[in-house]
Amino acid sequence: MKRTATIAIAIGIVLGISHLPAFAGEHTASVLAAARDPGDIGPPRGAPIEETLVAPPNVPPAIHRDYPARVVVRLETKEIVKEIADGVRYNFWTFNGTVPGPMIRVREGDTVELHLRNDPNSHMAHNIDLHAVMGPGGGAAVSVTPPGHESVFDFKAMRAGLYIYHCATPPVPMHIANGMYGMILVEPQQGLPKADREYYVVQGDFYTTDGYHAPGLQSFDMKKLLLEQPTYVLFNGREGALTGADALTSKVGDSVRLFVGDGGPNLVSSFHVIGQIFDNVNVEGGTLVNHNVQTTLIPAGGAAMVEMRTLVPGTFLLVDHSITRTFMQGALGQLVVKGAAAPDIYKKVSGGPVSSVAVMPEPAAMPVENAAMAEGKRVFGQICAACHQADGTGLPGAFPPLAMSDFLNADPKRAISFVLHGLSGKITVNSTGYESEMPAFASQLNDDEIAHVLTYVLNNFNNKGGTITPAEVKAVRAAGANGR
Amino acid sequence: MAGNRIEGNAVRAFVLVMLALATCGHAEAGAEYRTVSGGLFISALSLDGARAPVRIAAFAMRATPVTVGDYLAFVHTHPEWRRDRAPDMYAARGYLASWAGPLALGSAIDPQRPVTEVSWFAARAFCASEDARLPAWYQWEYAAAADATRIDARDDPAWSAGILQTLLARTGHAQGKVGEDTANLYGLHDMNTLVWEWVDDYAAMFVNADARDPDQTNLLTLCGGSALAFENRTAYPLMMRVAALSAMRPTDASGNIGFRCVRETGEAP
Repeated sequence: MKRTATIAIAIGIVLGISHLPAFAGEHTASVLAAARDPGDIGPPRGAPIEETLVAPPNVPPAIHRDYPARVVVRLETKEIVKEIADGVRYNFWTFNGTVPGPMIRVREGDTVELHLRNDPNSHMAHNIDLHAVMGPGGGAAVSVTPPGHESVFDFKAMRAGLYIYHCATPPVPMHIANGMYGMILVEPQQGLPKADREYYVVQGDFYTTDGYHAPGLQSFDMKKLLLEQPTYVLFNGREGALTGADALTSKVGDSVRLFVGDGGPNLVSSFHVIGQIFDNVNVEGGTLVNHNVQTTLIPAGGAAMVEMRTLVPGTFLLVDHSITRTFMQGALGQLVVKGAAAPDIYKKVSGGPVSSVAVMPEPAAMPVENAAMAEGKRVFGQICAACHQADGTGLPGAFPPLAMSDFLNADPKRAISFVLHGLSGKITVNSTGYESEMPAFASQLNDDEIAHVLTYVLNNFNNKGGTITPAEVKAVRAAGANGR
Repeated sequence: MAGNRIEGNAVRAFVLVMLALATCGHAEAGAEYRTVSGGLFISALSLDGARAPVRIAAFAMRATPVTVGDYLAFVHTHPEWRRDRAPDMYAARGYLASWAGPLALGSAIDPQRPVTEVSWFAARAFCASEDARLPAWYQWEYAAAADATRIDARDDPAWSAGILQTLLARTGHAQGKVGEDTANLYGLHDMNTLVWEWVDDYAAMFVNADARDPDQTNLLTLCGGSALAFENRTAYPLMMRVAALSAMRPTDASGNIGFRCVRETGEAP
């Protein structure tokens, strides 16, 4: 007896088994299976590796290992209230407190030891189904975890790819709609090509009791879920999660890889980056690579890995090109590229008034004197276009459009005060709410300039026409900021 | 020495106050049972694929979930259920874990809150101590289907939506006191929105031959399992409740699972 045990331990050492002797049987089975399936490259070797989890949109570092390891991943389900949009709070259910949950990064052939803890303060039971798992329920059946408990299970990452994980506890659509998803990347054994920057973006649809931007604490709305009519469609669980100070960044000449997923629960995504072309797309997160792609379709519960090179500086918008979702439901992110201009690739060709006016749609209303119009166009290009954009369409979620603007056309005189004194607080333009701060230009622009730029805007961009005179601006200026 | 004596007196006074509170709670809210008249009932769960009505005989049910105060009194009279004495095979780690001590709640726990962190075994023992038992799922579901005026309000979308919203509003909050909502038709409080509640046959609901091992053939834990088992697939509050219960072994304790007891009335349905 004693001798047999000694021999077993000796074999264990030869095979590099560093865990309990009880695992020896499983390891033997794995060795046999390796002969059959190319994804199985033998038992884990070396010391277990504790997975470093970082908050989205950040990504764990690339793997430079050349052997299969045991990777310990610790996730915790948490039910928390936080903002889904400015001034709007929501009861999120999460992995590790973020939507999406942290990205897991392992190597094909690794054994993942997944610990799922459920916060003692949770009200629900939760579990996890990882699409990278080959086994019933993708782990769901062995990970149902009541509040204050922890479940642990092992799976071998048999196939390289980018996979969604999500909670699969009844009612499943509700757990997903509340934010319980994330992604796991299984790197191929040879690793991924180097990218200068990597980011992690997951789209999801959210169903709240009141409408888009209705303030305060919003509750989950089952009826909207069943109708598949979301209130919000968002990247990374919050409107503005990837804009402004939180925008993704790159430098001119860098390659950018986005790990993009769609948690659903319902909508598929027409993922597009305005002003970029994807050099490579791992279609549906698998190994098929397509090139020169404008928009890639991401199924709910699916993913895509997209790579692009940022050649031109500027702001590039991440959108769901099922585009109403970008303009009306929040699906907008930004990739800000810094560096030297690349005029051979992209430049604005400046022109005189004639050529420019020719590009503009014919003014719908009364003709206005040309010199004043040219002056207005100059001021517009120098000041207004920075936010409202050169074509007057604004930036969704940030700057309201001046083009075809119902807000502007409803009362053009009102705009005098906005330019002079600025505008803050919530406004609704073309049925979309905006809540940003417009600065005051009273000290920067004289009465003529303000009159001309407003007249220019009113007679361009498909607006209804009209004239603002310097005298009108003067009167408003004299009334002061409180006279509006 | 003097300091110690004052301290000792303070402790004694505290214990007396806590006992008084517990006793008060017991006398006021505890053991108050209401009659639930029987009837025919179609469960939202289709346990074997059949959607046949079941006949529910009349029974009596505790008006509120068992409170922390009730339970403190119970462990005083049944010290084998103190958390430092209850065997692991009946009450695993987590049993009454947030209490300050085996016989002390601590100031953070209101005795009028529903007791949680109790195993199914412990809940059964409590009910037995007042000549009652845990309700069967059908009994619980039948009693919970009533609102203030109707025996069965389940077809009213506004009623269901209200329950769901109340449940979701609890995110990040501990439970409030029992009995603060409007009683339903039978005079029962907190049926749907305060805590999940153990039921006597919870293990049998999940096609689970061995209740000690939820890993086995636990249909509802599989993605899609709920779609198979629920006749009414929009009964989200019930699904959440069943999911919460199905995750538990009978020795497990959860901060969100309490219980109430039922007694037979002997009346005809």
